[in-house]
Amino acid sequence: MTQMTASKPVGVQTPPIMIVLKILLYVVLIALALFTLIPFVWMLSSSLKLDREVFSYPIRWIPETFHWENYRLIWTKVPLLTYFKNTAIIAILVTFIQTLTSSFAAYAFAKLQFRGRNVLFVCYVATIAVPWQTYMLPQFILMRSMGLYDTLWAIVVLQSFSAFGVFLMRQFYQGIPTELCEAARIDGLSEYGIWARIMLPLSRAAIATLVIFTFVGTWNDYMGPMIYLTRDVNKTVQVGLRRFIQENSSDYHLIMAVSVCSLLPVSIVFLALQKYFIQGIATTGLKG
Amino acid sequence: MAKAPKSRYKRQMTGYERKKELIAYSFIAPNFIGFAVFTLLPVLFSIFLSFVKWKGGAFNTMEWVGLGNYAEIFKTAKVAEKGIGYLFNKVDLGIALKNTLFFTVVTVPLTLVCAVALALALNRAVKGAVGFRTVFFFPYVASMVAICVCWRFMMMKDGPINQMLMALGSSYNKSWTADSTMAIWSIILVSVWRNMGYYMVIYLAALQGIPTDLYEAATVDGANKWQQFCHVTLPQLRPTTFFASTMLIISCFKIYDVVAIMTEGGPGRSTKMLVTYIYDEAFSNFNYGVASAIAMVLLVIVLIFTLAQFSMEDRYANN
Repeated sequence: MTQMTASKPVGVQTPPIMIVLKILLYVVLIALALFTLIPFVWMLSSSLKLDREVFSYPIRWIPETFHWENYRLIWTKVPLLTYFKNTAIIAILVTFIQTLTSSFAAYAFAKLQFRGRNVLFVCYVATIAVPWQTYMLPQFILMRSMGLYDTLWAIVVLQSFSAFGVFLMRQFYQGIPTELCEAARIDGLSEYGIWARIMLPLSRAAIATLVIFTFVGTWNDYMGPMIYLTRDVNKTVQVGLRRFIQENSSDYHLIMAVSVCSLLPVSIVFLALQKYFIQGIATTGLKG
Repeated sequence: MAKAPKSRYKRQMTGYERKKELIAYSFIAPNFIGFAVFTLLPVLFSIFLSFVKWKGGAFNTMEWVGLGNYAEIFKTAKVAEKGIGYLFNKVDLGIALKNTLFFTVVTVPLTLVCAVALALALNRAVKGAVGFRTVFFFPYVASMVAICVCWRFMMMKDGPINQMLMALGSSYNKSWTADSTMAIWSIILVSVWRNMGYYMVIYLAALQGIPTDLYEAATVDGANKWQQFCHVTLPQLRPTTFFASTMLIISCFKIYDVVAIMTEGGPGRSTKMLVTYIYDEAFSNFNYGVASAIAMVLLVIVLIFTLAQFSMEDRYANN
């Protein structure tokens, strides 16, 4: 605000209406920020209460005493560590396979000439528009017949080969001048060499976007794991939390404690890398 | 430049050229094989499944029924007899369509208005803009199960939401998710709350992409701030709005997670959506053919919006 008034010519005062508008702006922003944050605050506060205190009247935002033991208790009630381990395995594998194979394929689509290129690419583009929910059943039948039902591999192959990854990387590679590849070819680099030494290092921004979106998407995925993973040893955090909710439906304080735990990893990733999230949406979102 | 050598390839395919093509295929293969098996094949299979009766047993128990599954989900015989109102008031598919449509029609404008307002506010010289942006975007990365169960608790009979409403003079004292008129509103509220930050980021990028000389020209022409907003900002945001609303409409038609965790489609059928209907038929009732026919209805709706998006994009690109 000081900057704005400073940039005005000397002698021109900010009209009172502008000051009122400015105050109004902050009031609205703060109100909306509170609306956005209230569930998280309530979740955190409830997770530190006794179950009978959760719905006290009037609302007590800060618990009378902090019951940290809730967070110790949940580890004995639910195999949270197994859930975390499974989710981490799936998320890391999917992110790795997805990024590697789609940047590989995208290089050929963007920079190499071969027969059938357009047909293959149309296959990818066409399926971007097809919602997963329309083919989740045949996919399930297929995976069950392959013996992948109730294994972590089901989720890994389900998530790893999305058309979106190829599409995103191709968009980016098309922006890299073809002359660079040609110069490298003259210098004797093979196509694999060009991909590894030129394209990959140049596409760090696109890879960062793909990595975080795949990671967060896989971590938070609910419907896929719910359909495929039935044994407790295979469950991810999301389905595990769901099971816990169904089996302990009135232990509100414990449910909230498990929820807080389930949110932590992604929150940390988000806060650390939020610049890339914002950039990623701004570029991919606008290009479609 | 690219055209001429390509036609020469076709005339004389030397061993060297063939090797180059093989290399290209080797780049595509790792992704394409996975993609073909786990996406392309199921997509085609789902079209086929919508024409058969199958409970998921051995493959030879499949029975070709033609359009039978479609006749069953639309209850064509009954609807022909009792009129179109019957479809939307009694038939599962009609109710799911009606609920999904209502949810979409309310959620999309609400989300976009909130998103534009937030983007406009944060695009100005606001103190703590980065902090605000982080806060508004955060729900989008938070996991659905945790936030939905939290919202469900908050909307319970004695929960904080009803308490706050009571302080404002309301006498509402039921659990939102157990009340057949409020249940769908609880889903709308959570969806708007979750998505507005994402679309805010898209609008922020669009606002920053508006050329400043447009505003300078408007100022020279004597336009005040409000006129600039109406005649520069809003028209410049139109392609983004079109893009954002198509994306949002499509994601609204695919809604599942929020419903599954907050209301499970209930109470009664008041929050039954297209995808919850597909899920129930596929994984609870094992009516694979019927589930696939409903899936095709969803597919057609989504494709219509996608094609609209493509054709509009062409129009904007040509302008």
